Amino acid sequence: MNALSDYKGQEPAWCPGCGNFPILETLKTALFELGMEPHQFTIVSGIGQAAKLPHYLKCNTFNGLHGRALPPATGMRLANHEMPVIVTSGDGDCYGEGGNHLIHAIRRNINVTLLVHNNQIYGLTKGQASPTTTEGVVTKTQPFGANASELNPISLAIGLDCSFVARGYAADSVFLKSIIKEAITHKGFALVDILQPCVTFNKLNTYSWYKERVYHLDETYNPYDRAEAFKLAIKLPDKIPTGIIYKNNKLTFEERIQILKESPLVKQGFSLNSTLKELDTFY
Amino acid sequence: MDYTILIGGKAGQGLQTIGGVLARLFSRMGYHVFSHQDYMSRIRGGHNFYQLRFSDKEVSSSRKKANIIVALDLTTIELHKDDLEENGIIIFDAQSVKQTFTGQEFLNVPFDKIAVENGGDKIMSNTAAIGAVLGMLRLETTLLEEIIHTNLKKKGNDIINKNILTAKAGYSYAINECTQCSFAVSMPGKNGNMLIDTSQAVGLGSIMSGCKFYCGYPMTPSTAVMNYIGSKAQEYSIVVEQTEDEISSINMALGASYGGVRSMTGSSGGGFALMTEGVSLAGMMELPVVITLAQRPGPATGLPTRTEQGDLLFVLHSGHGEFPRVVFAPGNPEQGLYLTNKAFDLAEKYQIPAFIITDQYIADAQWTYESLDTDKLVYNDYRLRSRDGAEAESAYQRYSFSEGAVSPLAVPGDSKRLVVVDSDEHDEAGHMIEDAEMRTKMMQKRLLQKLPLIQQEIEAPFYFGGEKPDIVVTGWGSTYGIIKDAVMSLSKTQNIAMLHFSQIYPLPLSEQFDYLKILTEARITICVENNATGQFAYLMRAETGYKFTHHINHFDGRPFLLESLTGEINECIERL
Ligand SMILES: Cc1ncc(C[n+]2csc(CCOP(=O)(O)OP(=O)(O)O)c2C)c(N)n1
Ligand code: SF4
Repeated sequence: MNALSDYKGQEPAWCPGCGNFPILETLKTALFELGMEPHQFTIVSGIGQAAKLPHYLKCNTFNGLHGRALPPATGMRLANHEMPVIVTSGDGDCYGEGGNHLIHAIRRNINVTLLVHNNQIYGLTKGQASPTTTEGVVTKTQPFGANASELNPISLAIGLDCSFVARGYAADSVFLKSIIKEAITHKGFALVDILQPCVTFNKLNTYSWYKERVYHLDETYNPYDRAEAFKLAIKLPDKIPTGIIYKNNKLTFEERIQILKESPLVKQGFSLNSTLKELDTFY
Repeated sequence: MDYTILIGGKAGQGLQTIGGVLARLFSRMGYHVFSHQDYMSRIRGGHNFYQLRFSDKEVSSSRKKANIIVALDLTTIELHKDDLEENGIIIFDAQSVKQTFTGQEFLNVPFDKIAVENGGDKIMSNTAAIGAVLGMLRLETTLLEEIIHTNLKKKGNDIINKNILTAKAGYSYAINECTQCSFAVSMPGKNGNMLIDTSQAVGLGSIMSGCKFYCGYPMTPSTAVMNYIGSKAQEYSIVVEQTEDEISSINMALGASYGGVRSMTGSSGGGFALMTEGVSLAGMMELPVVITLAQRPGPATGLPTRTEQGDLLFVLHSGHGEFPRVVFAPGNPEQGLYLTNKAFDLAEKYQIPAFIITDQYIADAQWTYESLDTDKLVYNDYRLRSRDGAEAESAYQRYSFSEGAVSPLAVPGDSKRLVVVDSDEHDEAGHMIEDAEMRTKMMQKRLLQKLPLIQQEIEAPFYFGGEKPDIVVTGWGSTYGIIKDAVMSLSKTQNIAMLHFSQIYPLPLSEQFDYLKILTEARITICVENNATGQFAYLMRAETGYKFTHHINHFDGRPFLLESLTGEINECIERL
């Protein structure tokens, strides 16, 4: 692999100024700098603006169903745990429709990198509230304001003892790149919640709104301290910390499966003859 | 010689142990065995029974009447005493049933006392009951001792010896006390048979087809397949995963399939309902996957432990949009093995979802075979792998039109070919499109061109009977055995034939065997189904225009029994 341009996919169909653009560029650069060629990894996604990303990047792609990116990603890792798998998802896709799968992917600790483009709104379906929409925000389907309180994905993930929990900001490319690179190389399930402005539908969480609030966690911060991480996660957001908030070194799901120790399933051959003896067990 | 034994009691009393050991014993002796289970949706208590038929001839159905009833509780006696065959005997332990019965048809055997005196523990009273049944039949205990050895190997010699003592004591007790026993049991005088149920056969079929990944979420009666594959996972390198829900199951199975391995998932009614979104995804992405559906009565949670053939049309139409599939419904374990293999083969060859429909009755029902023919099994790896030449890798397109209906399916990461699959309509490279022309071409390739190819792979229905039958009894899936036994017995007096479909969709072409001609030329054609609306009859009408003259439908959650089905077929004949 020699050029960043080798990762170029189709022309994105996002609105000009959308926060998805810098995320796409940052991911490309991260992959390039990690030396991962397009055929050496797979991007899995569900449905939504964010979930279209794999088409805009050259790679193996499984663009599945709304909310359902994590189960196929898990199946893929079990079939071939030497293949890095990255999931790109939206807040509706991952925290709404796919909420149950998120809980269990974290619990399994499958070695997958999950990038959630969190624009706190449903983009593709034109601006309804998502699980991360701030309470009270008015939309067409929530004319009296969103009634539920917003989900905090960071505290949820720490609560589930997720192996890697980070927050990034779309417009902060250099820092975001370092987070994504660490997430991809991390062994275990890595969640990166990426704050992403939706210039069309989200009039609250704008570039300027984020600019006033987002800050970097510095080197003195210890991401292995779960209690501290939790405190940080539940602090109310007049200031929003970004960086790696929590980490641990648990065994991955793949490592806990005996059969996968030898080689990936996809490389384990099969011969019908080796199974014939099974018939004898029925006599 | 053809005897039926019914073992009845509360859940948790060990009737499955007794039934299971007896079934294994008779099949090892070389008899033909057919067994089925009837249980309530509870772990303890209630009324359950295990019914087994053994004969020196082939048997493939359950009868209502029993020759021996092993009553582990009072309810069994109350519910089943009228089902006793002439000269039949009910054995029970008056002390544990807390009531005694006298008369020709009763034999009081103190199972508990025998167990305590010989084995030191009431827990062995089931062994005493098995011994007693053998004594009543005047069969030997040597094979039983072998089975006790294998089954209890892990528990050690002391337990084995105590069980053998208990079995022998039960045996002697029956030999001495059952003066009214008059069963004429002939020894089959040949080698032992194998004993297998359809869930095991489907599991075995998937192992023998190179399945490497199975995932599912527990739901009766589909769990047995998962249990079987799970028990063999280590030996055959299969990853078995219990998912968080059925939506995850199908999507995970598709992820593994995309990753390059053969994968399977399965469920029953409600769980399968959740999978349908993923079935549609398999259709759009053209990813091979095998799905087993063990039916139970619905709607909704229905009768969780009962049986029905109520989901045929649901499976046929499962998933939104139009895409090809194959649907198989084995009628016995042999077909279960073979059709599972065929499902894996066709799923991968044509990159489609393939279904295997069973139901509670057939899932649990055990059959005997001298052996199963494994020569019919096939294994072809249809995927494009790196060994198939790395040339033109950059030109690889997942949905290329150049190869006709079936584009090569590459394995991601295995070469420089990029494998792009999408749930949106897509172009040859797998990228989303919206234009009408590409959509039409994709539909033609994915669906219209594939279906006729698939249909040519479907085999003729099973036919049993003469050339020009007057009466044809038709069924699909689990009613194979019962229809066969009923037609067999009626064929003594009627010009009657049987037609059974296990490869249901697409329906077989009539070129190999003209089943429509047989049907149209018969005077009475009866479609027997374990559902209320006649779903297979509907399919036949929709696909071929053929309309059966009569229908026999049961939808009480119970399987057909030989005496009643024969009676109902006779009624159809007389009504005309
Ligand atoms: C099962 C299902 N339900 C609903 C939809 C419609 N839908 C498409 S994208 C979407 C929400 C997307 O929101 P989000 O995940 O936040 O992504 P964004 O578009 O904001 O990036 C919905 C509801 C669908 N495609 N499938
Ligand atoms: S609607 Fe919002 S999220 Fe979607 S492309 Fe436009 S700006 Fe981006």
